[in-house]
Amino acid sequence: MDNNAIFEIRDMSFYFGKIKAIDGLSLTISPSGFWGLLGPNGCGKSTLLDLLARCKTPGSGAIKYQGRDIGDYVRKDLAKEIALVPQDFYINFSFTVKEIVLMGRHPYIPRFASPSMYDLKIVDHVMELLEIAKFKDKYITELSGGEKQRVIFARALAQDTPVLLLDEATSNMDIQFTLDILNIVLKGVETGRKTVIAALHNLNLAAAYCDRLIFMKSGRVLSEGSLDDMLTEQNLLEVFGIESHVYFDEYTESKQVAFRRRRI
Amino acid sequence: MSVRKEKWAPSETVSAHLILPGVLLVLVVIISTGMGYVHISAIDVIRIILSGIMGNHGLVVGINKVFPYVVLDVRLPRVLTAAIVGAGLSIAGVVFQGILLNPLADPYTLGISAGAAFGASIALLLDPRFLGIYSIPVFAFAGAVATLFTVMSLSSSGGTISCNSLILSGIIVAAILSAGISFLKYVADEQVSIIIFWLMGSFASKTWTDVLLTFLFVSIGFIICTFLARDLNIMSLGDRSASSLGINPNRTRITLLVTASLITAICVSVSGIIGFVGLIIPHLMRFIVGSDSRRLIPASALTGAILLLTADTITRAVLPTEIPIGVLTALIGGPFFCYIFKKRHMALNSGQ
Repeated sequence: MDNNAIFEIRDMSFYFGKIKAIDGLSLTISPSGFWGLLGPNGCGKSTLLDLLARCKTPGSGAIKYQGRDIGDYVRKDLAKEIALVPQDFYINFSFTVKEIVLMGRHPYIPRFASPSMYDLKIVDHVMELLEIAKFKDKYITELSGGEKQRVIFARALAQDTPVLLLDEATSNMDIQFTLDILNIVLKGVETGRKTVIAALHNLNLAAAYCDRLIFMKSGRVLSEGSLDDMLTEQNLLEVFGIESHVYFDEYTESKQVAFRRRRI
Repeated sequence: MSVRKEKWAPSETVSAHLILPGVLLVLVVIISTGMGYVHISAIDVIRIILSGIMGNHGLVVGINKVFPYVVLDVRLPRVLTAAIVGAGLSIAGVVFQGILLNPLADPYTLGISAGAAFGASIALLLDPRFLGIYSIPVFAFAGAVATLFTVMSLSSSGGTISCNSLILSGIIVAAILSAGISFLKYVADEQVSIIIFWLMGSFASKTWTDVLLTFLFVSIGFIICTFLARDLNIMSLGDRSASSLGINPNRTRITLLVTASLITAICVSVSGIIGFVGLIIPHLMRFIVGSDSRRLIPASALTGAILLLTADTITRAVLPTEIPIGVLTALIGGPFFCYIFKKRHMALNSGQ
């Protein structure tokens, strides 16, 4: 076993009823780094992230976090280690923005206790960072989709974990907030030695930010490695079945992907 | 992150929201008890209650000898049952809305009232003598609990229960039970009027046993719901977020579901079906204290107690003839609900 691994997944499968969503997947993730999780719709990206966050339990096989089976952790302790930003959320109740972000401190606040000064300081800091402090007393139900997603993201940052799992966390956001959030995440990776695993749709954003890529298809990991090794025309054809042109872009300072229209 | 400041932030005063309704509830209990065919002044009511608690007969000197009997044995059990049922239905309403992620859910959404009504109808029809006067509450309670577990087993797959399948299962089971009740009414002949009257709900002729029974169940339920109030808040972020915050969504959901259903079952079994309280009170209180269950549950309980007691006092002592309480709450609550629903709907549409 790799002692350096933060996550170690061994021959894991997961079923939705009779449908196999994850099919004998093995993967080792070393700590610190921005991991991009790429693959076509329905390939099991969200399910894999759910399994890593213990929102789901593997049907067979095991996930180890820091060398210990993930099922052996006390839930609240694991919540201090791993935060998940979901793609889909639907809040029907009139909680204020601040109340939602404060929910991120749940694992740290004992039952019936009030949040400590430290908890409130983190919440305020995170709200400033994501520029949602100005509507901290507004109800979440009154916000736009992109604003809501920033609040949900702030909630996960308030959780203050070494591991952050993003499931299309920027899909509803305008480009300026998408970049803001990815910059915040990148800073966490570079200066806070955080481990980020992000399922992304946008290949060029993935190329600009991630240092490692995981390609998934049909519930399996197809290939995994450094961005430069992974982001090739051959791989994109194999994973997505698309024609593309991959080149090094001076401005982005990374590889980028270009597409060509095809008249049918 | 291991360094934690010992200093706690000033707690948001939960109690401030509760002092006013708490005082109001005590006043309404005293005034309601005084009202009725025989009017008894508030001072006398307080003296009689105190003498009853302390066993000091010196306090009731100079008061009509019938009054202590009227207050302690006739009115107070009814008044307290109405208040406790109002509180219970409101607590259950908050919890059902929170679990089902639907602000329009109420304690009867899962068909619990239909189950209780079916059980009560059977009791009225068969008239099982071995249970005496408790045959109806016992059958109603059994019907409600059996319905709950039917609905839960229908909507669970592989140990998890989803909100949508819960609501759907509740509707299906309630529809079947309603047909069953219609059938029972059809074959009931002479007892049909008793069944109909029970279905409309009433606090008439409640005893201290009813008070103690409802108080016991509602208090236990209240304690469990308060214990899980913060988890209930986080559940509204959805299962994935709740789970990544260290909550077991399925276990929390089932615990709260069973608790709120038992509260509902006991309330229905002593008072019949009283609609709209569990829907409107939590809805109304969200506007006033916000959606945080830690404030919402106690605030709704107190307000629900005040409003249902006031409604019962109106039918008992103000109106010329007594209207079944379930009919009154529906007549007042229904249009009021339409109003807030429309307002909310318009606010949502104009916001986009």
